[in-house]
Amino acid sequence: MTPDLESIRLTKRFGDFTAVDDVSFAVPAGSFFSILGPSGCGKTTIMRMIAGFLDPSSGDIEIKGKSVLNVPPNKRPVNMVFQHLALFPMMNIADNIGYGLRRRKMPRAEIARKVEEALERIGLPGIGNRKINELSGGQKQRVAIARCMVMEPDVLLLDEPLGALDLKLREHMKIELKSLQAAFDTTFIYITHDQSEALVMSDQIAVMNEGRFEQTGTGQDLYYRPETAFVAGFIGESNRWRGRIERVMGDELEMRTDTGMLMRGATHGRGLKAGDSAEIFVRPEAIRLARDASNFEDFDNRITGRVTSLLFNGAASRILVRDAAANEEIEVNLPQSGEYASLARGDEVQIGWSGAQGNCFAAGAD
Amino acid sequence: MHSGARIGFFLLLTPLVLWLALLIVIPHIDMFLVSMRERVGVRQYETSFANYLTFFTEPLYIRTFVRTAVMSVLATIITLLIAFPVSLYIAKIVRGRLQQVLFVLCLIPFYVSELVRTFGWMILLRETGLVSNLLQWTGLADQPVEMLYNDAAIMIGLVYTSMLFMVVPLVTTLESLDDSVIEAGYDLGGNGFSVLREIIIPHAAPGIVSGSIVVFMLSLGNYLTPTMLGGKDSLWFTEMIYNQFIVRFNWELGAAFGFMLLILSSVIVWSMLKLTRQSLEETMA
Ligand SMILES: Nc1ncnc2c1ncn2[C@@H]1O[C@H](COP(=O)(O)OP(=O)(O)OP(=O)(O)O)[C@@H](O)[C@H]1O
Ligand SMILES: [Mg+2]
Repeated sequence: MTPDLESIRLTKRFGDFTAVDDVSFAVPAGSFFSILGPSGCGKTTIMRMIAGFLDPSSGDIEIKGKSVLNVPPNKRPVNMVFQHLALFPMMNIADNIGYGLRRRKMPRAEIARKVEEALERIGLPGIGNRKINELSGGQKQRVAIARCMVMEPDVLLLDEPLGALDLKLREHMKIELKSLQAAFDTTFIYITHDQSEALVMSDQIAVMNEGRFEQTGTGQDLYYRPETAFVAGFIGESNRWRGRIERVMGDELEMRTDTGMLMRGATHGRGLKAGDSAEIFVRPEAIRLARDASNFEDFDNRITGRVTSLLFNGAASRILVRDAAANEEIEVNLPQSGEYASLARGDEVQIGWSGAQGNCFAAGAD
Repeated sequence: MHSGARIGFFLLLTPLVLWLALLIVIPHIDMFLVSMRERVGVRQYETSFANYLTFFTEPLYIRTFVRTAVMSVLATIITLLIAFPVSLYIAKIVRGRLQQVLFVLCLIPFYVSELVRTFGWMILLRETGLVSNLLQWTGLADQPVEMLYNDAAIMIGLVYTSMLFMVVPLVTTLESLDDSVIEAGYDLGGNGFSVLREIIIPHAAPGIVSGSIVVFMLSLGNYLTPTMLGGKDSLWFTEMIYNQFIVRFNWELGAAFGFMLLILSSVIVWSMLKLTRQSLEETMA
């Protein structure tokens, strides 16, 4: 089956600055595809090329198998929800949603019916005559999506549509967006710099950095099997050590950190050899915490240290443990099951993790 | 404390009230009273509508009155038609330094006085002027062409004088329109024309209306441009008021004319606001 949208070696240069560098990806019909990356990495530039507001310097964009490079924006079967929504303030809500249909010369009565249907679908029935500035942020959000959805585009582009909302509403809209996508059954391409938005909603995520795609995959792929140091550092939280590799035994390796700690990690198939300088990433939740060393036999990294801080954050609470020998601070998840409720600063604890959890990359890559 | 704040309020209000009363309300009341007097003998006056009757029964007065109104409306429309693309270009198409340069270019003609500016047009348009010479030199005309002293010359002068007062409000309102709103218009299938009609013009409406009101008032009340560029035959209503007051010493009729002009401009501005469904507050905000 041909994908709904395919980008082939897409490149955009502004002068001698390359904003988008050789980006290829394919989005299957009906899926939710996210592009995740830090601010300024070129996400909006990709969107604007897909929507037709920018011409690529090279490469091609295909929608349902046909190149759209020579199609002007008002003829492309894609619609865009803009970073700041861009609702038409001079029109009421019904006219905003009906704008695209009027452009298609659809009969008045049919437009009215479709608009009312769309309003119902986004859970705001009967407000068509209200003004745009009478809506709350979340309602505007939904109207902006409805305005595109009535067009029944092949692909819907969403450029950080939740950026302007407060945290609580953003959490709510994440779930709502996902169900809207199911309701309208359209391909979504979603841009964000917020990893939790991407992880919660997407079927596929592309992590972007400085104009390039670092890795494309499901949320689980990116989280558990990052392919580059950038992805490992960008998705989720990690303890991060730099050092020099001392030994490589198959997939396992040993690295001596710059502070002198000896640590076991895994190459996960990457070609690393003894003597290379490298970085190891270990997630705080991959580290086991205990008051004594009795059941740590199967962990090949074991450290005794003292608690230096308790970082309370509900279910995501952490502690910082200072390693007695190397004087390093390590972030460790604090289980909220109650057994560590009495843990206090200065207590001695044991921590450990298996070597397979220590994801190792050649250093200097980022 | 409360009464203190009150006194402060009145102190602040006083200059405004004085300004309004001394310069606007009192002269107009006085003018109205003068216009209602009829001279029946030497220094003998009676209250009557005789002056207004004179105005309505003399075809020349009515004709000049209507002519002034129509020409001013026309000048306003032409100014708008020229200023709108210019403003759109300055506000939405050029970027950065060039934008400021163009804006300042619109301002430059106003560095010299209106008299000098109008005189400049006379130098260009008169029989022995630049345009006439140019036409002869290129062979488009075989004798000197007089381009002054007609309605077209008045129109050129009025439009030129009013341009800035249209460009400034238009650029200001157009600049406040987010680029992405225009892009959304295209993205949803609009073409240049429908984006202009449904998005850009409705957004610019307050600027269009306030610019038009100012240009219309300026044209209607202009004295210098019509007199200098229009010559003897093309009468302007302000010229008539001037004649009554200064040349004929007929203050009574002059005052009646002045009052008619006030009514005319009020009616046209009011109907313009009604027509575009704008309120004065919205427009001036
Ligand atoms: N018209 C332009 N001319 C020159 N440089 C540009 C232009 N548009 C974007 N850029 C540059 O391209 C880079 C990528 O911009 P882009 O808007 O795509 O970032 P983004 O990933 O959407 O960021 P954000 O998350 O902040 O919206 C930026 O460094 C920006 O300065
Ligand atoms: Mg962006």
